[in-house]
Amino acid sequence: MKVRSQASMVFHLDKCIGCHTCSIACKNIWTDRPGAEYMWWNNVETKPGVGFPTQWEDQEKYHGGWELEDKPKNPELKLKLQNRLRTYTNLFSNPAMPTMDDYYEPWTYNYNDLFNSPLGPDQPTARPISRVDGQPIEIESGPNWDDDLGGSNIYAANDPLLQSMTPEEKQRLFSIEQLFYFYMPRICNHCLNAACGAACPSGAIYKRAEDGVVLINQDKCRGWRMCVSACPYKKTYYNWSTGKSEKCILCYPRLETGQAPACFHSCVGRIRYLGVLLYDADQIPDALKVPDEQLVERQREMILDPHDPEVIAAAKASGVPDGVITAAQNSPVYRYVKEWKLALPLHPEYRTLPMLFYVPPLLPVLNATQPSGTQRVETDLFSSLENARVPVRYMSRTLAAGNDDLVIKSYLKMIAVRLYKRHETVGDVTAEDAQAALAKANMTAEEAEAIYKLTSIPTYQERFVIPPYSREGDIEEVYDPQQRKAETGFGKRQGPQRGL
Amino acid sequence: MLEIMLFVVFPYVALAIGIVGTIYRYLTNQYSFTTLSSQFLENELQFWSSTLWHYGILPTTFIHLAGFIIPSVMNALHGTPELLYLSELAGKVLGIMALVGAGIMIVRRLTFSKIRAVTSTADWIVLFLLFIQVFFGLILAFTYRWGATWFIHTATPWMNSLAFFSPAPQYVTALPLAHKVHFLTGFLLFAVMPFSRLVHIAAFPFSYMWRRFQLVIWTRRKASS
Repeated sequence: MKVRSQASMVFHLDKCIGCHTCSIACKNIWTDRPGAEYMWWNNVETKPGVGFPTQWEDQEKYHGGWELEDKPKNPELKLKLQNRLRTYTNLFSNPAMPTMDDYYEPWTYNYNDLFNSPLGPDQPTARPISRVDGQPIEIESGPNWDDDLGGSNIYAANDPLLQSMTPEEKQRLFSIEQLFYFYMPRICNHCLNAACGAACPSGAIYKRAEDGVVLINQDKCRGWRMCVSACPYKKTYYNWSTGKSEKCILCYPRLETGQAPACFHSCVGRIRYLGVLLYDADQIPDALKVPDEQLVERQREMILDPHDPEVIAAAKASGVPDGVITAAQNSPVYRYVKEWKLALPLHPEYRTLPMLFYVPPLLPVLNATQPSGTQRVETDLFSSLENARVPVRYMSRTLAAGNDDLVIKSYLKMIAVRLYKRHETVGDVTAEDAQAALAKANMTAEEAEAIYKLTSIPTYQERFVIPPYSREGDIEEVYDPQQRKAETGFGKRQGPQRGL
Repeated sequence: MLEIMLFVVFPYVALAIGIVGTIYRYLTNQYSFTTLSSQFLENELQFWSSTLWHYGILPTTFIHLAGFIIPSVMNALHGTPELLYLSELAGKVLGIMALVGAGIMIVRRLTFSKIRAVTSTADWIVLFLLFIQVFFGLILAFTYRWGATWFIHTATPWMNSLAFFSPAPQYVTALPLAHKVHFLTGFLLFAVMPFSRLVHIAAFPFSYMWRRFQLVIWTRRKASS
């Protein structure tokens, strides 16, 4: 057993209000630079929708992620993008490279026009100009162009996941009285089997062993752009100005000083949880070679119980510090993912083992059988799940590689918690109904209470359990602490400048 | 005197600048080693220009190098008229591919304002030099035929004399102007390399052939696992 720790995340979609505060927090800290304006290391999408970049989930177009060889015996995992030989033959022009048109052209406004226009009968306007070449542009798309289902007949209807739906189900999604959508904030999943890193010809993309954060070494990146195509989540971005790829760094400078990443910290709906997961790295190869429906369960198996003495001993033997083991024991992510099995990984079928998990949104389901629009808590919610406005199929294709059962189990638990608390606080649900709901979801009242607490009234310290890093100790051994002495700030390091 | 300057001193200086400069830049500013690809901003012409260019120029460069390093092998490769015709044809096709590729690159950088925005003066100088170099190479190929044979008796001994530090410029000084321009531009490109995006040649990702897919890096090895 090779125990490693991974800084992992849970996003509770029921709590997301789609305010984009996370995106702005990230943008202000990391990507407000030439060449990075179009990057949104954190973005919030409206689902169903085409997302950002447009139709990123369509892997027939982008060739992201991994696939299992199509043979019955000992199938090998291979990059959907290309094998090693094709990496070399495609080096000069990457055939699956998304272009700026798939994202959007960043713009600003020519504000000087407001001041310098001659006196006239019309109000002066500030025309939009491109931030690439400074030319006036027509704004045709943006990072959240189909926000709140804006233009859904054009955008949301093109959601690649809808292709497997029946026309009836599609109808149900888009008819105005039944309109359903939810928000999905996305950051880098810091995968265990990152496709971006595997595709990088320069070997610039690596996983930090201490916390599993996936990073791009900016000194080693040579701008071959294979990571951009290979990442199925399109979370590596090519900086067109510096000629380097960049991605979410999980705010590791903040983590190292005990702070939550900016998007987590600023989250208005408090939907985000961060904590350590201990996993068995030896199981990775096998966990990736199971059929699609088993991927999530296999990934859960890899995640180890940090309270198990055997695991603790193995973790210590593998060099996991005591402080990290304690953090893993208090991890909210462990509870959501493994203990309660509420949270599910985004598109596990890409086989990258993403370590960001989503609790599927429940709210529209609850209201599904009430086309009149009245709000009423159903006691017979379990049949409503089958008639839900959001087809369970859509959620299972998003979060469980098509395994409906996992999504239903997660929903049943959330419904049970809701009924249980409703019984307790409002009282219009009978004790029998609440108990029946708990029994149906196969859970205890204690578990329901714990889920309620961590979901609804968690403190900052409960939401973010950041392991101790003791970076100062690590760095001292690697760098001479006096390396920069007497340089009075004029050291050899220089800013990220394009070329020479 | 001028000939010594051009065909002895200049090649040495250019090579020295190219090698020392590139190593120095790698050691002090590795961040700047990148292809500076603009495929993200424009995809279609990029495919044609970059593919034609690289697939044309790389074999051509290797054939030139082979002519310097293993002239006897190259001689044997066009020992019969059929082989000579074939190598002549292959050289011309590759050269035309490279020229067309470079031509499209120039057109692309001129036409798309987004590409112009990421084009520096150094980029223009490099592109111009490369175009000139391939253009003169093709002039030689079409006007002074059977380069595969005369190359080995002019350029090869000159290059070898430089390599072994006993310069013999007389092998090339009597050649026509087009030849001289081609030789000198070739060395000039070496000199330009450390000051331009040409350093991406030194960034070729050899290690991807054998490296494992996932890289895991410890800040500090805490214990063996």
